[in-house]
Amino acid sequence: MKIVDALLTPDIQYPNMEIAQLRSDFPILATTVAGKPLVYLDNAASSQMPQSVIDCLVRYQTSQHANIHRAVHHLSELATHEYEAARHKLQQFIGAREAREVIFTSGTTESINLVMHGYGRKFINRDDEIILTTLEHHSNIVPWQMLAEEKGARIRVVPINDAGELLLDEYQQLFNARTRFVALSHVSNALGTINPAKEMIAFAHEKGVPVLIDGAQAAPHMQVDVQALDCDFYAFSAHKMCGPTGIGVLYGKAHLLESMQPFKGGGDMIASVSFEQTIYNELPYKFEAGTPPIMAAIGFGAAIDYLNSAGLDKIAAFEHALLVYATEAISAIPGVRIIGNSPQKVAVISFTIDGIHPHDVGTLLNEDGVAVRTGHHCAQPIMQRFNIPATSRASFSFYNTKNEIDTLVAGIRSAQKVFAL
Amino acid sequence: MSLKSIYQEVILDHNRKPRHYGSLEHPTHHALGHNPLCGDKIHVDLDIQNEKIERIAFHGESCAICKASCSMMAATVKGKSRQEAETLVQEFRNMLVSGADAESLEHLGRLKILAGVRELPTRVKCAILPWHTLHAAMNSVVDATTEEKTENPAQLAANQ
Repeated sequence: MKIVDALLTPDIQYPNMEIAQLRSDFPILATTVAGKPLVYLDNAASSQMPQSVIDCLVRYQTSQHANIHRAVHHLSELATHEYEAARHKLQQFIGAREAREVIFTSGTTESINLVMHGYGRKFINRDDEIILTTLEHHSNIVPWQMLAEEKGARIRVVPINDAGELLLDEYQQLFNARTRFVALSHVSNALGTINPAKEMIAFAHEKGVPVLIDGAQAAPHMQVDVQALDCDFYAFSAHKMCGPTGIGVLYGKAHLLESMQPFKGGGDMIASVSFEQTIYNELPYKFEAGTPPIMAAIGFGAAIDYLNSAGLDKIAAFEHALLVYATEAISAIPGVRIIGNSPQKVAVISFTIDGIHPHDVGTLLNEDGVAVRTGHHCAQPIMQRFNIPATSRASFSFYNTKNEIDTLVAGIRSAQKVFAL
Repeated sequence: MSLKSIYQEVILDHNRKPRHYGSLEHPTHHALGHNPLCGDKIHVDLDIQNEKIERIAFHGESCAICKASCSMMAATVKGKSRQEAETLVQEFRNMLVSGADAESLEHLGRLKILAGVRELPTRVKCAILPWHTLHAAMNSVVDATTEEKTENPAQLAANQ
C-alpha cells in the first residue's frame, strides 16, 4: 500500500511517477458515465487508445492510404512502407529473430486458428494428444477441440490449485509418446495468473513437443521476449495494448511457419497461380491472404511506439503497485472473495460478493461510472473449477489511479447496501 | 424511477423472498430457460388443469433481475388461463423489447415497474428469460419422450 501512495502522491519523488502522468494522453478517460467520471476497469477485455495512436490512424487515412504490395504508384509504396515498418516494430517489441516471423492476423483468435489449421491439421493425427490448461480462454480451447474432433485426437488438460495456479507436476505427467502439441496462456484472462511459460516450454521441448503461447493478456503488461521464452508460436492482439481492434500478430519460428499449410487462400499469399498449380508466397505473406487491415496494422505500430516510450518495465511495476493496493482494499470488504490469489499475477482481480450475482454488481457499479466485466470471461472451465457461475472482474491498466480503486471499493460497498447485506 | 431505486424497492424484495419458489411434485408442464451469455438457469414447473394455471413454481440460479421478474411473473399468472398468460408474455416482451407505451400494456399492472430495465439493453434478457421459459413450458407437454424438447424452446428463445 505504501508503494502506491508513493507512486501517486506527486510530492514524493519516485522514478515511475511519469507513468501516472500518461493518463492525460487518453481522451476517453475524461468522459462521464451515468453523470459520473468514467472509471474504466475493463482493460483485459479491451484497452483504451492514446491520442498519438488516434492521430496516426487519422493521418494514415487522410494522406497515406492505398492498397499495399501491389501498385507502383506513390501512395501504394507509402502505405506498404508504413505497413512493413509496423511489422518491424512488432518484431523488435517481442524480440523475434526476423520480421518474416511476424504475421499480421485479425487478432489472437485468428492467430490460434491459423496454427490449428496450418500446423495442427498437417501434423496432428488420430490418437495424438494436445495439452491445454484449465486457465485457457475459449479461443485457446475451441479450435483445438475442433481439430481433435476432426482428427480423432485427444485433449489433455492441466489442472489448477485453489489459488488459480497450474499444477506443474500434473503438467509433466500428461506427456507421453502421443503428445504432439501444447497450447498455453501466458497470463490467465479471468484470474490474472502469470504462468511459468518459460519452464513449461523447456519441459515440452525436452519431449520434442512444440508450444503455442496465447499472449493476449501478457503482451500489454510485461516485456515479452519470444527468443528467451523459446516458444514456437506466440499470439496477441493490438486492442488490448492501446491499439485498434481487428489486428493482431502470430509470431512463429520461421522453420515451423515454412512447414505449414496456408490458412487462407487468396491474393498476396501466392508467388504464381495457374489453374494447374499455385506456388505460395514466402513468409510472412503466405499467411496474409487478401487486403489486410492496413490502417489497423499501422495503428498497432503507433501503439507499440507509445508503449516503448512509456517503458514496459515501468508499466509492469506501476500496474503491480495498483494490484497490491486494490487487492488489499477489496479483500478488506466483508463478504467479498477474490478468485485467483497467485503471487504471480498481472493487475486483474476477479471477485464474487456473497448474496449478489455478478451481473447485478456490474449494473450497480455502472451507476457509479465504474466499468467492470461480469460473467464467465469466456473461460467457463475456470468457473466450473471454482464452482461459481460467474465473477466480476476489475482489470487495470497503467492509466488507472488509486482514486479509481477507491471508487470501485465504494461502489462495491454501495451495492452491498442496496442489497441490504 | 432510477435503477438503484428499482433494485431497492422491487427487485430485492422478490430476490430475498421469491414467491412460488421451489418445484412442483407432478407438473403437467415444465421448461428450463437458459441464458448462455451469463449462465442464468430457471426451471419453471406448471400444473395446468382445464386450460388454467392452477399451480406454478420456479427455481434456478440467476441474477436478481431475473429472479424478481420470475417471482412477479409467478404471482401474476397463477390462477390465470393459459390464454391470459400468453397475453401477459406478449405484453411483457412488448414492454422490454419493442418499447411499447404503458397505455398499451393493459394487463401487466405492477409488472410495469420492470420497464426501467429497458435502459439496460444487456439486462433485458435477464428480465425476459422467465417469460420465455413460461411460454416454452405452456407450449409443450412433459413426458419421458419429449422431455428434451421441452428444454429446447426456452434455450432457443433465450438466444434470440
